[in-house]
Amino acid sequence: MALSTTGMAQMLRTMILIREFDERAIRLRVAGKIYGAVHPYVGQEAVAVGVCANLTRSDRVTSTHRGHGHCIAKGADVRRMMAELFGRVDGYCKGKGGSMHIADFAVGMLGANGIVGGGLPIACGAALAAQLEGKGDVTVCFFGDGAAAEGEFHEALNITSAWKLPIVFVCENNQYAANNTVAVQHPGVDIAAHAGAYHMPGVIVDGNDVLAVHAATEEAVARARRGDGPSLLECKTYRWHFHAMRNTPPPDTRPPEEIASWKARDPIARFERDVRERGVLSAPEIRAIRERVSADLDEAVAFAEASPFPDAKDLLVDMYA
Amino acid sequence: MREISFQQALDEAVAEEMRRDPRVILMATDFTGDPVKEFGPSRVRFTPISEAVVTGMGLGAAGCGFRPIVNWRMVTFSFVAMDQVVNQASKIRYMFGGQADFPVTYRCTTGGGIGLAAQHSQSPYSMWMHVAGLKIVLPSTPADAKGLLKSAIRDDNPVVSFECSRLMTATGPVPDGDHLVPIGVAEVKRTGTDVTIVGLAYYVAEALAVAEELAREGISIEVVDPRTLVPMDADTLRASVRKTGRVVIVDEAPATCSAAAEIAALLAEDPETFRALRAPVRRVCAAPVPVPYSPSLERAALPGREDITAAVHEVLKQSV
Repeated sequence: MALSTTGMAQMLRTMILIREFDERAIRLRVAGKIYGAVHPYVGQEAVAVGVCANLTRSDRVTSTHRGHGHCIAKGADVRRMMAELFGRVDGYCKGKGGSMHIADFAVGMLGANGIVGGGLPIACGAALAAQLEGKGDVTVCFFGDGAAAEGEFHEALNITSAWKLPIVFVCENNQYAANNTVAVQHPGVDIAAHAGAYHMPGVIVDGNDVLAVHAATEEAVARARRGDGPSLLECKTYRWHFHAMRNTPPPDTRPPEEIASWKARDPIARFERDVRERGVLSAPEIRAIRERVSADLDEAVAFAEASPFPDAKDLLVDMYA
Repeated sequence: MREISFQQALDEAVAEEMRRDPRVILMATDFTGDPVKEFGPSRVRFTPISEAVVTGMGLGAAGCGFRPIVNWRMVTFSFVAMDQVVNQASKIRYMFGGQADFPVTYRCTTGGGIGLAAQHSQSPYSMWMHVAGLKIVLPSTPADAKGLLKSAIRDDNPVVSFECSRLMTATGPVPDGDHLVPIGVAEVKRTGTDVTIVGLAYYVAEALAVAEELAREGISIEVVDPRTLVPMDADTLRASVRKTGRVVIVDEAPATCSAAAEIAALLAEDPETFRALRAPVRRVCAAPVPVPYSPSLERAALPGREDITAAVHEVLKQSV
């Protein structure tokens, strides 16, 4: 199905929102407004957006420690996300989770995850639920190249293929697991190569091309909805920033020319060109989107600042149902 | 009342809950009986030997409205799924601010005494007790096994059901019908006045046998079974010890950081129970070794009736 004009405009807006959200998160962390760790998604926006544009609200996703982009792309509210980063009661987890544990079950976002590979089994369970429900819903499991070295990855591909579960594994190969290159971690550079061993399609996609990601996901999602089982998409991309920051951004140890070459392939700039050339949006319209995003994030920060810190008396609330 | 085995009681619990609620599904590498025949292959899943993914799948499906029962078969195998239990299942509800429930039941056998050697003779109750966020049941009779497992399946939280290997063939009366035992409620299995024996799983029946022998010596033993380890019914345990003033805790796990250690602390740190104590709190636990294979060594590693009896005599002798 071809993307509509509105669909493409929406995708561009979401990509910009993700980038600006995380750029602000970095600044707010430096300013001490955010308390814990921040893992910016900047540079990888085309993956979350290209994938999630194929999903309905009842489809589900699981995410990673670098999860803000997946949350936003699946429809989470940036005000409640920001409030969670601020550790406030109006955050998604009432301030109990923080950046690495944001979830919004109401929109099918089953959670970020602080353990590399930890979300894969949970995604498989959501896919099992979808298969048992029989309504044609699918689950998308986001993970990084690092997770492909975890046992949970191989167990997940094996069981979902054996059971033909409706799931799409989306590997965001951003070239580094923390500070180790793909070459250090894996015998080959292509994570998608594992798909063959598990009897599922394995597709390598330019993860900085949102339309390519969208098209590849469309096929994988259709396969899952038909009941034909899982697919593995490997989106080659790059994170623009450090792996994680606490008080200050750590020094980047990656080669400057490598960083520059990937920044030259900026997924947002590329998609902006695309939509202008296709006549979907004009330059002033894109500027208006950027202004709107900025205003939305101002509002999100104000919302977070206005929300109180959780009361210590609520420490034990939510432990058990 | 009819008598059935511990294993039959557990199987009945699962079958009844599956009939009662179509959202209950099973995942394991194998099953007792033939649940596929009644419930079909979509609800009864033979899994690959992939404990990590299957444990997480139970959690994920639970978060999406199902009530999975994941049977690890032996607690030994659950260690392969440590991430999914410790980092995910126990924390997921709290760290997401309570926005979803995760009604998953994890089952496994525990304990030694049947010649399965070190890896397959473990009782790591306290490892899971230590991880905040799980409920843990540990039945000692067929009736409790059935009633607690049914309650576990209906509970909206991750519950671990530890099922003692040595008890599987034990028989006992089990009420007909929808027999439920509430989670978090201990039971006094025998009343007495001189010494409380807190037994876990297999050691409840052993404590009762010891109590019967000691009654002939004129020693009156009260036997208390916690039945649930999390949440622990400290009130019932303390009430018994306040009455008898003496306590022996029997557990087939090694003593260090064990369920027995937790029970001892719960008793000793309660002022009223502390004041009622007439002798030091005494634990009878396994030796701190991997459970050995040879029967002579295995017997030496695990608590026996003579150890329990000796401990009772000691606390009586040490009494103030």
